Amino acid sequence: MSKLNSKIPEGSVDKKWTDYKNHVKLVNPANKRSIDIIVVGTGLAGSSAAASLAEMGYSVKAFCFQDSPRRAHSIAAQGGINAAKNYQNDGDSTYRLFYDTIKGGDYRAREANVHRLAEVSANIIDQCVAQGVPFARDYGGLLDNRSFGGTQVQRTFYAAGQTGQQLLLGAYSALSRQIALGKVKMYNRHEMLDVVVVGGKARGIIARNLVTGEIERHSAHAVLLCSGGYGNVFFLSTNAMGSNVTAAWKAHKRGAFFGNPCFTQIHPTCIPVSGDHQSKLTLMSESLRNDGRIWVPKKKEDAVAIQQGKKLGKDIAEDDRDYYLERRYPAFGNLVPRDVASRAAKERCDAGFGVNATGQAVFLDYAAAIERYGKIEANKHNMTNPTPEQIRAMGKDVVKEKYGNLFDMYKQITGEDPYETPMKIYPAVHYTMGGLWVDYELMTTIPGCYALGEANFSDHGANRLGASALMQGLADGYFVIPYTIGNYLADDIRTGKIPTNTPEFDAAEKAVKDQINFFVNNKGTKSVDYFHKRLGKIMWDKCGMARNEKGLKEAIQEIRQLREEFWKEVRVPGSNDEFNPELEKAGRVADFLELGELMCMDALTREESCGGHFREESQTEEGEAKRDDNRFSFVSAWEYKPDIKDEVLHKEELKFEEIKVVARSYK
Amino acid sequence: MKLNLKIWRQKNREDKGKMVDYSIDHVSPDMSFLEMLDVLNEQLINKGDDPIAFDHDCREGICGMCSLFINGRAHGPNYGVTTCQLHMRSFKDGDTIFIEPWRAQAFPVIKDLAVDRSAFDRVIQAGGYVSANTGGAQDANCLPVPKENADKAFAAATCIGCGACVATCKNGSAMLFVSAKVSQLALLPQGKAEAQQRVLNMVAQMDAEGFGNCSNTGACEIECPKGISLENIARMNREFMKASILSEK
Amino acid sequence: MSNSALLKSSLVKKYWMSATGLFLCLFLAGHLAGNLQLLISPENGARDAFNMYGKFMTTNIFVKVLSIVTYISILFHAIDGIILTIQNRRARPVRYVKETPSASSSWASRNMALLGTVMLVFIVLHMLAFWKRMHFGPIETYIAANGEELKDLYSITVLSFKDADNGLIVCMIYLVAMIAIAFHLMHGFQSAFQSVGIRHPKYTPLIKKVGYGFALLVPLLFAIIPFYIRFML
Repeated sequence: MSKLNSKIPEGSVDKKWTDYKNHVKLVNPANKRSIDIIVVGTGLAGSSAAASLAEMGYSVKAFCFQDSPRRAHSIAAQGGINAAKNYQNDGDSTYRLFYDTIKGGDYRAREANVHRLAEVSANIIDQCVAQGVPFARDYGGLLDNRSFGGTQVQRTFYAAGQTGQQLLLGAYSALSRQIALGKVKMYNRHEMLDVVVVGGKARGIIARNLVTGEIERHSAHAVLLCSGGYGNVFFLSTNAMGSNVTAAWKAHKRGAFFGNPCFTQIHPTCIPVSGDHQSKLTLMSESLRNDGRIWVPKKKEDAVAIQQGKKLGKDIAEDDRDYYLERRYPAFGNLVPRDVASRAAKERCDAGFGVNATGQAVFLDYAAAIERYGKIEANKHNMTNPTPEQIRAMGKDVVKEKYGNLFDMYKQITGEDPYETPMKIYPAVHYTMGGLWVDYELMTTIPGCYALGEANFSDHGANRLGASALMQGLADGYFVIPYTIGNYLADDIRTGKIPTNTPEFDAAEKAVKDQINFFVNNKGTKSVDYFHKRLGKIMWDKCGMARNEKGLKEAIQEIRQLREEFWKEVRVPGSNDEFNPELEKAGRVADFLELGELMCMDALTREESCGGHFREESQTEEGEAKRDDNRFSFVSAWEYKPDIKDEVLHKEELKFEEIKVVARSYK
Repeated sequence: MKLNLKIWRQKNREDKGKMVDYSIDHVSPDMSFLEMLDVLNEQLINKGDDPIAFDHDCREGICGMCSLFINGRAHGPNYGVTTCQLHMRSFKDGDTIFIEPWRAQAFPVIKDLAVDRSAFDRVIQAGGYVSANTGGAQDANCLPVPKENADKAFAAATCIGCGACVATCKNGSAMLFVSAKVSQLALLPQGKAEAQQRVLNMVAQMDAEGFGNCSNTGACEIECPKGISLENIARMNREFMKASILSEK
Repeated sequence: MSNSALLKSSLVKKYWMSATGLFLCLFLAGHLAGNLQLLISPENGARDAFNMYGKFMTTNIFVKVLSIVTYISILFHAIDGIILTIQNRRARPVRYVKETPSASSSWASRNMALLGTVMLVFIVLHMLAFWKRMHFGPIETYIAANGEELKDLYSITVLSFKDADNGLIVCMIYLVAMIAIAFHLMHGFQSAFQSVGIRHPKYTPLIKKVGYGFALLVPLLFAIIPFYIRFML
């Protein structure tokens, strides 16, 4: 019998959550006051959880490493948030959202969790509107929707291209209100550096005040990790510079299993890398694929000429262009899911058809859309013989209205005008579906330690659909954890305040201090970024969009060597008792160096292709991903061992009772 | 290209601080401004010097964490962008660039170019919210909002809280920031119930934090990377007057 | 805290600046209307007309009330302005080494305190020269055409600008002061509306235009008078 108990309630999938809520243990209001909860991270999941739990009466302490809770990287989400409201009368339902999410995740997510997510999705929109989130509206004053990520219904709510920002600010305002009321004690510029486990339960954390360098002990009856994803293990990703795995990884080291670490989402429409100095990648909203056409030259010599700067995209004749997505996937064309679009771009570039100096870019072309819109406008204005210039000008205006801010951003970053010349895009690491393994109650394998939002593995399987990350973060924080945490804390009402002067806290604090002292005293010669960049390259080359056995085995060896070198050669300037960003980075990269190895191990074990995980050994003759449901219909949950190579794989079998498992096809 | 940098160095809040000269070569025009600083820091670390501390996070112009007063302007020479979105092609070979932290009584320097903007958080805590507990909300479409108001509220809500308005205002005034939040909630029906107390409390907190007064120079609107309009300040002035006169407290 | 909001808040200080400022604009318009009588040629009875006006302005009870409001407004505007300026300076204790303010704001809007100070100095000089003599002397009286005894402020005014030694300097002082007023008004007029929240996409452009017109026209007309007197009379 495996150590994993997912605690999925009995009954049919649409009754599970209702039944669960009807029977879950409660904590009475007077007792809530004397129960402390620590929330690490203040993105959508963290802010919403901290605010909701404080509203319920718990005493909450919230931590974020940024200078304000409002800065968490949820803020960068552009497209929107899904909810099964069916406001557009197009046949959407809880079931369809549930189905789409399972299918989109390539049948590697847990049915019960995903159904619950779809059930509460509608409440999220209600809650956000009540908080004053300014969603887009139509002229009647009702909420507007758009379709997103290739779904057949319009279920995505949005606030221009800044939905994540608006939702986060909504949750932040709810959190701010609780801070003002004294129900949440907020710790800005604090980084959690360890979980403290007492008597087998998570009972607190060790945190560093990033301004003074002071190491602090904080105790609580439960610890919520809402610390986001670990895409920065690739160094270059669309994550914020500070996004890191440290909180989750420290919990992993203390006994929380890590679920599906190799499931990484590569987003197809990012601005390509421009040079070695690159520090991060910028996403261009997926919505651009609605109107843009993606192509590379058909002829190698054209591609080479473009790479050498001798030709431009517009010099290539229409017949010499290869609209490879439309060619390979006629049904979905440019709107295939993210993983499919990303791999197709990589395939063309690997074959030598890339369109920038590095050969790592494809065109996203708006010329056709500009012309199409221009003609529609000409018709609208009853122009009989519009000149091509007039058509282009009118078309440009339409495109500007729809995508103006994105085009401006592209121009700002690349210096090229996307109205005149096709944009160049390339896939980049965007989201990590993997994360701490949690049960139905979002509890990790450490009792009392929960993981919410991107930090857990639960709802997206092997591939996340667009506009679902915001939904999951807020679902976990607003509508799941407030119920499920009571089931655990109900047994803690007599525990009383957790003391911090115990041996467990002593030991955890000492370990943290030892590591920090090591870093500031190590006489190394190379900066933290030096190692981070090298790790990122290994990961991207060998554990990125396509993976194979040989590469993964090499990667594991290389990462082990790199880790060894890191601990010998890393140089951290400054001291431990001041604001020291290099010291912060050193700790984070140390954890990435361990996680990277685990990701490769996980990818090596999963000898199938599913969602964002593509094993070259497992593909059809046409080069499409081939899943192996007989052998790999499970969640991998890794148990930490002091040497990463000894980590133990536990498998949680996935049972599909509601949905029939079929192969994904977008042809 | 080669650049001369004059950068504010200050060890901690108590230190007096001074401008220090650096020079950096082989700067690519495709680098972002912060990537240029990354390269400089890498060089400083390799030389055994203390790297320059500056705030940054998302590097895509939305988190509001990056700051920097570059050549006398908040977020540098371009309009409508944050420092992280500023690219080196906006500068020329041989340029001298002054880089300073946001300067305001309410934004004390933590180290070098990083400042403490928690005053903004406290202003929001004073009332920048709708008191709506989780779980009690009615169906979202029960509350129609005229599109025009929704759009205006959204435009106000795009504030990223970076503090460029304060940094650039000759008075160190936070009116644009505060008014953006007051406006967003004043324009929406959800915010009406608490409108009076909200504006009174937020303005009181703003004053208590030591921000200066608005003298309508309009610099904040121009330098705001998100183009938040002065219209919001006018609206707050109105709301505040109404609330001061009508409030029973 | 809201109890005292009407007294202490930074916004309320701005309301006062706005109200007193706009009132002073009215005063300027009125003052100008009176002064324009100096442009009437002496043959057409400029002396009598102006001195009658001077008498009306110093004796009419309604005007007296208005003038007291004006004095208070000037004082209040100045004191409030000084307080705001001090607070604003305190809000940035460490200045920037390098500033490029012209990229984002007009010179006038940044220098309201300086312009105000120039104006305040001018007002003191101006009142010493005319207001003080009108009220407390020494000033000569004469019998006007209609038989009324009038204080001859007209002659004092004309002589002060025509004075061979200092006349030109006095004219120049007036010119400088009027330029200061023009810039002060250029920002101040529209700013007063913004401060009390009067802003509307339809009307604000109009307010701005009227403001610029007022800021140019009023000081220009004021400034013409001394030069007209000096060189044309």
